[in-house]
Amino acid sequence: MSRYYTDEHEWVDVEGDTATVGITDYAQEQLGDIVFVEVPDVGTELGQGDDAAVVESVKAASDVYAAVSGEVIEVNEMLEDEPGLVNSSAEEDGWFFRLTLADKDELDDLMDEKAYKAFVDGL
Amino acid sequence: MNMLAEGRPTKQEADLIMPEQNAVTTHTGNRALMVDEPLIFEIGSPDRSGVDLPESPQVESRLGGLEREAPIAIPGLSEGEMVRHYTRLSRQNYAIDVGLFPLGSCTMKHNPRLNEKMARLKGFADIHPLQPVESVQGALELIHELAEWLKLLTGMPAVAMSPKAGAHGELCGILAIRSALEARGDAREVILVPESAHGTNPATAAFAGYKVEDIPANKDGRVDLEALKARLGPDVAGVMITNPNTCGLFEPDMKAISDAVHAAGGLVYCDGANFNAIVGRVRPGDLGVDAMHINLHKTFSTPHGGGGPGSGPVVFSEALAPFAPLPIVEETDDGHFRLVEEETADEHHSNSFGRMVAFHGQMGMFTRALTYMLSHGADGLKQVSEDAVLNANYILRSLETVLDAPFAKSGPCMHEALFSDKGFANDLSTLDLAKGMIDEGYHPMTMYFPLVVHGAMLVEPTETESKAAIDQFIGAFRSVAERAKAGDETLKSAPHFAPRRRLDETQAARKPILVWTEDEDFAQAAE
Repeated sequence: MSRYYTDEHEWVDVEGDTATVGITDYAQEQLGDIVFVEVPDVGTELGQGDDAAVVESVKAASDVYAAVSGEVIEVNEMLEDEPGLVNSSAEEDGWFFRLTLADKDELDDLMDEKAYKAFVDGL
Repeated sequence: MNMLAEGRPTKQEADLIMPEQNAVTTHTGNRALMVDEPLIFEIGSPDRSGVDLPESPQVESRLGGLEREAPIAIPGLSEGEMVRHYTRLSRQNYAIDVGLFPLGSCTMKHNPRLNEKMARLKGFADIHPLQPVESVQGALELIHELAEWLKLLTGMPAVAMSPKAGAHGELCGILAIRSALEARGDAREVILVPESAHGTNPATAAFAGYKVEDIPANKDGRVDLEALKARLGPDVAGVMITNPNTCGLFEPDMKAISDAVHAAGGLVYCDGANFNAIVGRVRPGDLGVDAMHINLHKTFSTPHGGGGPGSGPVVFSEALAPFAPLPIVEETDDGHFRLVEEETADEHHSNSFGRMVAFHGQMGMFTRALTYMLSHGADGLKQVSEDAVLNANYILRSLETVLDAPFAKSGPCMHEALFSDKGFANDLSTLDLAKGMIDEGYHPMTMYFPLVVHGAMLVEPTETESKAAIDQFIGAFRSVAERAKAGDETLKSAPHFAPRRRLDETQAARKPILVWTEDEDFAQAAE
């Protein structure tokens, strides 16, 4: 399994043809306490960069973009009752949705962990 | 220490005795005239009532077993108890009639009492929207005259008076854009919204069925013209720009933006919520704007924020005027006024996209807004915007030595000054500073908006504050900002002196208690 990052602070885990998407620990820290998460419907076709989910904190509501294109096959239903999972475990239990990868070449646009860390340090 | 020169002396830190450390307590828990008010359900008793009602007659039930089994749980209060309850609550509230209300982007200006007097005139206050048109000629004339003022001030040929507030006006404008594009057989999909726009703009475009795309801000906090031009194309229906923008800056490229959008076949919506900064100085029509809402409840001093309903008339360019919603008030050749509604629209307004509201708009606000315009006159309205801009710049320049002002070098601000949390020590945040301002007796400024600035604080004093009042505010703001920069721990638990201490906003959003039940431990929930 390999992990990729976007400059919009999403992470993508790729396993075979399946990508799991969430927001990074840095993002949850910036947002503050998350109070609501809206995930896409299963079956939604997302293009790379499309609005995929909404995350709302005590500070602001933010869009979460589809880091790669594909069809949503599973969403994290835990987030409906426990949006705080995104704070406590942003990069594991607080995942948002899974999709089938439409185009693996899109992964080339993303950062690896080292590049993302350097990107965040520069902010 | 130069506090005296800057207004109200605030307490020295050593004197900041926290109430919980204060040994003096009261039997009731109240503090002098500040009463700890229970919920209305906790005061009431079913055997009390504000009115005497006759015993209800015994009738045979026809509800087929669906009768209520338990008594209906509404609070029973005498009239006196009810009046006291709401009066006590209102004393814990903060309002424009209590003090300076620096909420950026909201234009919380003084609501002149003359407006109220005029709005209570029987001929305006005691009429019904379904009355025969001949019997409300004065009210229609008032709406017509207000419309003429709005057209004159904006340099635009048409106006829809009915939208009920800012976001409703935005929707009205975007629906007109959609109608105009569809009428020429060129329905498009995308609305561009710069980062410096109001948060309602992308929501409006999405609600109207458009795909929303962001346009980045440049380093000055303004629309990146080149990025906008690069994105324009046959799929772009239009652009929604807030000018002056949410960084408190005028968009000097507005005309170039409009020209580029028009050249690409799109239309320009301007969010006019910040019109207060430019009224009498700039006519949006000259900048190529096709539609703009005007918040009568901001620029033209009608009450809002709990004090009254909003009102958001929308002005239109020649291109959009035929699509404006009904009803429209028209002056006839013989000096009378008539309403163009569905029944009469075919004659010369058949392209109207429909109706935003059932009736004619916020009559009470129309009366107040026109009173404000007539009492200021054209020269007075120009001075309104000049004073609003002067006051905001006075705050910006007075505080930029203490607080980071990210766009201070972009030139003068308009009607609001923007600061960031850069330099706060000990993990103190904008939220902590805002809570500290409550202790100082002020409603906090707009915070964490706009999003382009970290820990944003957006301050709008409006033109109705005196220099003395602004100096007091600056003194308080500076004092709290210095505490934030020094890492003062007591700010983390502010407010110390408000009727309630820091509320658990996270739990309030995640698990709000919306229904009162007798068993809930409200004392605990409230703290």
